[in-house]
Amino acid sequence: MIPRFWRKIKYRYDIVGSVCENCGTQFYPPRNFCPICRRKSKIKEQRFNGRGKVLSYTIVHDTPDEFKLNKPYIVALIELDDGPIITSQVVCDPQEIEVGMRVVKTFRKYFEDGEDGVIYYGTKFVPEK
Amino acid sequence: MERVAIIGVGQSEFGELWDKGFREIVLKAGIDALEDAGLEGKEIEAMYVGNMSGGRYLAQEHIAALIADYSGLSEMGVPSTRVEGADASGGLALRQAYLSVASGLHEIVIAAGAEKVTDVGSEMTTDIMASSADREWEGFVGATIPALYALMARMHFTKYGTTPEDLALISVKNHRNGALNPKAQFRREIKVEDVLKSPFVAEPLRLLDCAPLSDGAAAIILANEKVAREYTDSPVFIKACTQASDYLALQNREDITTMRAVKIAADMAYDQAGLKPEDIDVVELHDSFTIAELIAYEDLGFVEKGRGAELIREGITSLDGSLPANPSGGLKACGHAIGATGIRQAVEITYQLRGKAGKRQVEAEMGLSLNIGGTGATAVITIYEIG
Ligand SMILES: [Zn+2]
Repeated sequence: MIPRFWRKIKYRYDIVGSVCENCGTQFYPPRNFCPICRRKSKIKEQRFNGRGKVLSYTIVHDTPDEFKLNKPYIVALIELDDGPIITSQVVCDPQEIEVGMRVVKTFRKYFEDGEDGVIYYGTKFVPEK
Repeated sequence: MERVAIIGVGQSEFGELWDKGFREIVLKAGIDALEDAGLEGKEIEAMYVGNMSGGRYLAQEHIAALIADYSGLSEMGVPSTRVEGADASGGLALRQAYLSVASGLHEIVIAAGAEKVTDVGSEMTTDIMASSADREWEGFVGATIPALYALMARMHFTKYGTTPEDLALISVKNHRNGALNPKAQFRREIKVEDVLKSPFVAEPLRLLDCAPLSDGAAAIILANEKVAREYTDSPVFIKACTQASDYLALQNREDITTMRAVKIAADMAYDQAGLKPEDIDVVELHDSFTIAELIAYEDLGFVEKGRGAELIREGITSLDGSLPANPSGGLKACGHAIGATGIRQAVEITYQLRGKAGKRQVEAEMGLSLNIGGTGATAVITIYEIG
């Protein structure tokens, strides 16, 4: 389980995705192959600036084990200003969140692996000031 | 292509079957199907099994061989194959069985689906189900399956004005139907207020918007037309059995108020069957969450996109409406035995078309079932006609 998450650290800590230079489509998470251009794909890594707006959200009450301490937490689909859509947690009062709300990325802890104590970090979003 | 017919069906009870093991419930479904078809068992040429996660629920892989063994098919060396597509595994098994007969390779085969979920705790179950979405980019951030369906529901509310009450009506209807089904997990009616007062799982979805995860198994026998006519006077022909895929993660889809895999599979199915949505008399839909049934009304072409709520508000999908949906009680009330569900839907449509559905019988000659994997990355649609 651990190496598989570590391999993605770069893409999780910063919002690094990819773009197909042939058709301009942006991807997050990064793809090495453009589903539109296929063999004509010209893929390059791209960092997204981490500002965007909430397209849809949910407040999760029934949580998996590793998220128990954060309950309830907010998961949202966020449309980035300069790119694709990302699934992320939003840190704010559940009363405050709404569709269309402006948010900006922040670096946070996600969860801790109970057995070996490894802490998993990643990008979350907070309301834009 | 050979015409393919269902000549026998069987299913175990669905629910929390604490006192029964995986092998027992599968055997029950298989034997019922053989008896229903009037077969001894030796006639079966191949077996296809839908099972999502024997490995994690039971720490048992090689499920197809296990089932062939316990159903006595290994004695004859009958080939048995497990297929996996999350909770569309049953639908995939049905489709593989269908293809093997349609192609002319086999004359008579069995398709089964089975899952035993209650041997592990409910948190483990949530985690196993989460593996049907994108573990690294959805599961990692705590997006459980209910959370992902909640995102779809919120989007549908925002875009089209659908309400929690509309979703509650779907749960109420499915419980009303389930109360008439002796094999259903929940055989009691509920009220809209019960749904709206039940605790949130992932807002806006509440506990009574969510189907349970259940133990259960179902099996069907498929044969070509010539063989089918030898065994039964009421074969149920499969007019089409189609499958499509979509992006695994919601964030990569253009519009999450629709399931594109469902639309693609539906277009192919109607085309192959030479039918239109209005020709369908009864449907079994994949209501793992109430919002999924509502979206299915639209994606299957029964109503325009965004207007799914009208079908439930106006009672069109009730047992006495013009398009009864989930007469079995659906996943919500009949139970959702993950890998068994796609086969269980075929069992219900067969009962309905034969006129043997008891108190929940509707008038129907043409049926359709929709089985979905995860949040819609796999969809299987089957159209049936009584022959
Ligand atoms: Zn491209």
